[in-house]
Amino acid sequence: MRYTLVLNNAEPAEGEIDAEVITQMQEAFGVYGRALQSAGVLVAAEVLASASATKTVTLRTGALQIQDGPFADSKEGVAGVFVIDVPDEDAALMWAERCPGAQFGVVEVRAAATSFVNGSWT
Amino acid sequence: MIDVEYVVRTSYGRLLALLASADGDIAAAEDALSDAFERALRTWPNDGVPANPDGWLLTTARNRRRDTWKSAAYRTSISLDPAEHTRAHLDTIDPDAVPDKRLQLMAVCAHPAIDRAVHTPLMLDVILGYTAADIARAFALPSSTLAARLGRAKKRIRDAGLSFELPDRTVLPERIDAILAAVYGAFAIDWHSTGSEVRDGLTGEALHLAETACDLLPDDAEAHGLAALICLSSARLPSRYSSGVFVPLSEQDFRLWDERLLARGEVHLRRAHGLVAAGASALGRFQLESAISAVHCARRHSGSTDWSTLRELYSVLQELTPTLGGAVALAVVTAETDGADVASNMLDALDGTDRFQPAWAVRAHLLAQLGEAEKSRAAYEKAISLTPDAPTRRYLERFVSGR
Repeated sequence: MRYTLVLNNAEPAEGEIDAEVITQMQEAFGVYGRALQSAGVLVAAEVLASASATKTVTLRTGALQIQDGPFADSKEGVAGVFVIDVPDEDAALMWAERCPGAQFGVVEVRAAATSFVNGSWT
Repeated sequence: MIDVEYVVRTSYGRLLALLASADGDIAAAEDALSDAFERALRTWPNDGVPANPDGWLLTTARNRRRDTWKSAAYRTSISLDPAEHTRAHLDTIDPDAVPDKRLQLMAVCAHPAIDRAVHTPLMLDVILGYTAADIARAFALPSSTLAARLGRAKKRIRDAGLSFELPDRTVLPERIDAILAAVYGAFAIDWHSTGSEVRDGLTGEALHLAETACDLLPDDAEAHGLAALICLSSARLPSRYSSGVFVPLSEQDFRLWDERLLARGEVHLRRAHGLVAAGASALGRFQLESAISAVHCARRHSGSTDWSTLRELYSVLQELTPTLGGAVALAVVTAETDGADVASNMLDALDGTDRFQPAWAVRAHLLAQLGEAEKSRAAYEKAISLTPDAPTRRYLERFVSGR
């Protein structure tokens, strides 16, 4: 069963977090990533670039629109995702609880309704 | 050459307690003390180490604080109260003559008005002089998060004027529990860290804090119980893993255990027993847990484990301080004395085990003993799915056929 851990937090301004803390966070996420990998549950892990480097694409008005910035503009936003494959929600919650992102933001635990695996939707 | 690091570890809490007890401002006392340590680092190598290093540091820090009180910025922002701001008593303090104030400082750190989660980090910070970054690493927290929590706690101590008075015997029991729990927390850091990769470092300091509590409260059996527990548990650390696989206590190679620590633990345990037997102190969780540990350690002499004594100890522990972990452990020893079916029923009767990994691991073991291979396998899979720690997962995976 696939779950996506969606990391939500306020995006820090340039220079707001000092280099030492950034290094520590990188180490913490490194430990976390290796733990997920060694448990054999990791499907994908992405820490996302800043919202200002984001573009949105839509054709819903009939014409192509490409715009700068994220879809929803709010104080907190999606900062990263971990896709994990675990037996049930208990295991997904156990991993979410240990995610370094939970220490400074909120980790959303979403079950996949269906996943595209080996050429088709499950 | 004096080891300044050593002076920091052994004197820090004592000197800080003396400085902070003047006005309860821990942060300001820390600034003054770190300034004094910095001066020591600069001048001692040239001028030699003073005869009384603690007195030198205290005087230097005290002068630094007095400079602050006298400074224009301070005087214009806070109205000067001569009676309070002279702090004449600071001048007369001899660090070796005054009673140890670390107990007060520990009691302040464990004050009920301070968030429980900060008790342990605060003690490591203000008693042992660890930096927020050191503590954050041990707790697998970003140092900015921890620094913010520590800062809030210190501000609260200062603003709320949390008492630096010597806690009298009536409040000590409730406060000492929190103190000992925080010290235990430094040993058994069970933060939301991921596995064994980040669990290291603080066992020696936890023992130092526990033995400090013993020195300050020589007649408190629980303080000795805690020191015993930390000694006996750390003595077994070298045997906990074998080739990256977790080794359960009953299968550990006792030749790897640290005899020196075992002996030290047994001294504390005997002292605790003596105090309880004499009616001077009450029985508590740390004494029971260290007694349990001692029974396991006795296997190195007897060659076998006394399961019925363990069952009794766990029963008393559950009556005194019931926990889910204790209930699961009681089921484990009951399986040895009364059989897997009795233990299995005990486990099934427990609430709140759905996401509790140890309960699933024990359930899996018991089901295997009862010949329920399919159910056992499912329980092992569940336990594995709830285990973030790789050595423990490898241990559990051995029981699942085909893996």
